[in-house]
Amino acid sequence: MNIGSYTLLVAKPTGNLGWLPRIATGVVAVAVLAWAAAGAQVSFTELTKGLPWIGDILSRMLPPNWAFLDKLVRPAIETIQIALWGTLLSVILAVPVCFFAARNLTPNRVVYQFTRQLFNVTRGINEIILALVFVAAVGLGPFPGVLALAVHGAGMLGKFFAESIEEIDQGPIEALRATGAGAVQTIIFGVLPQVVTAWIAVVLYRFETNLRQATVLGMVGAGGIGFELVGSMKLFQYHDTATCIVVIIAMVMVADYVSSRLRSWIQKGAHA
Amino acid sequence: MIKIRGLTKRYGAFDALKGIDLDVKQGEFLVVLGPSGAGKSTLLRCINRLADPTSGDIHIDGKLARSDAASLRRLRCQVAMIFQHYNVVPRLSVQKNVLTGRLGAMPSVLSWLQLFPRKDVEIALECLRRVELEDKAELRTDTLSGGQKQRVGIARALAQQPKIILADEPVASLDPKTSRTVLNYLRQASRELGITVVCNLHQIDYAKEFGERIVGVSAGQIVFEGGPDQLTGDVLHRIYPGLDENDARCNAAAPTAATAAAPVLRQLQLEEA
Repeated sequence: MNIGSYTLLVAKPTGNLGWLPRIATGVVAVAVLAWAAAGAQVSFTELTKGLPWIGDILSRMLPPNWAFLDKLVRPAIETIQIALWGTLLSVILAVPVCFFAARNLTPNRVVYQFTRQLFNVTRGINEIILALVFVAAVGLGPFPGVLALAVHGAGMLGKFFAESIEEIDQGPIEALRATGAGAVQTIIFGVLPQVVTAWIAVVLYRFETNLRQATVLGMVGAGGIGFELVGSMKLFQYHDTATCIVVIIAMVMVADYVSSRLRSWIQKGAHA
Repeated sequence: MIKIRGLTKRYGAFDALKGIDLDVKQGEFLVVLGPSGAGKSTLLRCINRLADPTSGDIHIDGKLARSDAASLRRLRCQVAMIFQHYNVVPRLSVQKNVLTGRLGAMPSVLSWLQLFPRKDVEIALECLRRVELEDKAELRTDTLSGGQKQRVGIARALAQQPKIILADEPVASLDPKTSRTVLNYLRQASRELGITVVCNLHQIDYAKEFGERIVGVSAGQIVFEGGPDQLTGDVLHRIYPGLDENDARCNAAAPTAATAAAPVLRQLQLEEA
């Protein structure tokens, strides 16, 4: 179809029904979105009405109370410590199990399905909910936060580890089996060298996510900077709240920058 | 050294091997010649049990091959394999790739910690010297060229100190000059060390040049057995059904092109005519 000096290029529908399936898909999509908007009470008029109130809160928050920074140094460091150990424990939990969840290494389908579902369950429960459970179990403080990140992260890392194992070149594995190498030897000399960069990249990404999650874990009493954030809001000290938010944003930005630099450095082929 | 009787292998409804009887003598360089899909790879894989035979017996060095874990490990320590796509581990150093050939013969737990017996390290270096790659020992294997990678593959096989080497299309991905070099290393090692070699090839002229004896395989059956001088046009027709004289000459002239390029060559000839 020509429009002025432009040509509209659209793939013609195949099949006997012509445009009908595409139009039907469009109608269904719009209907689903309208239904969801009604359920979620998406309302742009409410948003417009609320804008002055958002402005009001912002005006009470700004400028941030920079004097409060002093008190945030320790919680910020604690947040990093929580994220570090949460990540380490999740790697320790995920690595021994992930080989059973990879289709090309698993001994049989039952083990495969079981480990997959295990990862799904731990990954399916949000960190905040896990933190609530662990706070009830081991008491207030940063340690329940570490445990929450470890359990949730193990599910996520296990799934990614297993999937990267499924993508490796099977040739070297077969060659190692043909030399008479045992199962663990095959994994150490054939599988790990092929997945190590992918794994490190995922672990770095996980650390970055954990740092972000650790900033909010404090809301349920699991330590870190989130505890200060919630505390300042409860006391209506909005200038302090703003300081917390600035610190959180800065931490997340630094973590994002460092981990993306490290990942690209590793993928460019640093020595393993 | 190898005695195969009534070997069959079925994949679903497809018969890859239909009753193979074959004897390979100690120290012999046997070439298995045939088109892609004829069952050459399956035959090799049944010998070292990377594939489980559907029926039939294989005796290696007088012992019946079995599939239980202990006999499997013993069998695979004696029978090394070289692959078309080299199957070296790219991120490991050349030396460590060759050392993996010793894994079956060393204490497992220490090898997990990257601790290798000094005698095994010596063996690996000796094998690297045989393929003249000792100066590359420290390099990462993915920095090597295709021909060099296959030489690492040969060194890994030799490091097993095997009685038998199975080579599955070892030069199918290499250019003609490199192919000769690689096959020469393999032949030299087998002669000097008295290793029996079963080498799959689809290139007729390499088969003639390197094979002490040639077995022709077509559609899962042995259709020829004899010396390289007995490989006449008539025999080639049995191994490669549908191959005419023209293609045979083309294959001889451009060996690496071989089966993959045959349809293209035919088309070119049509266009010229």
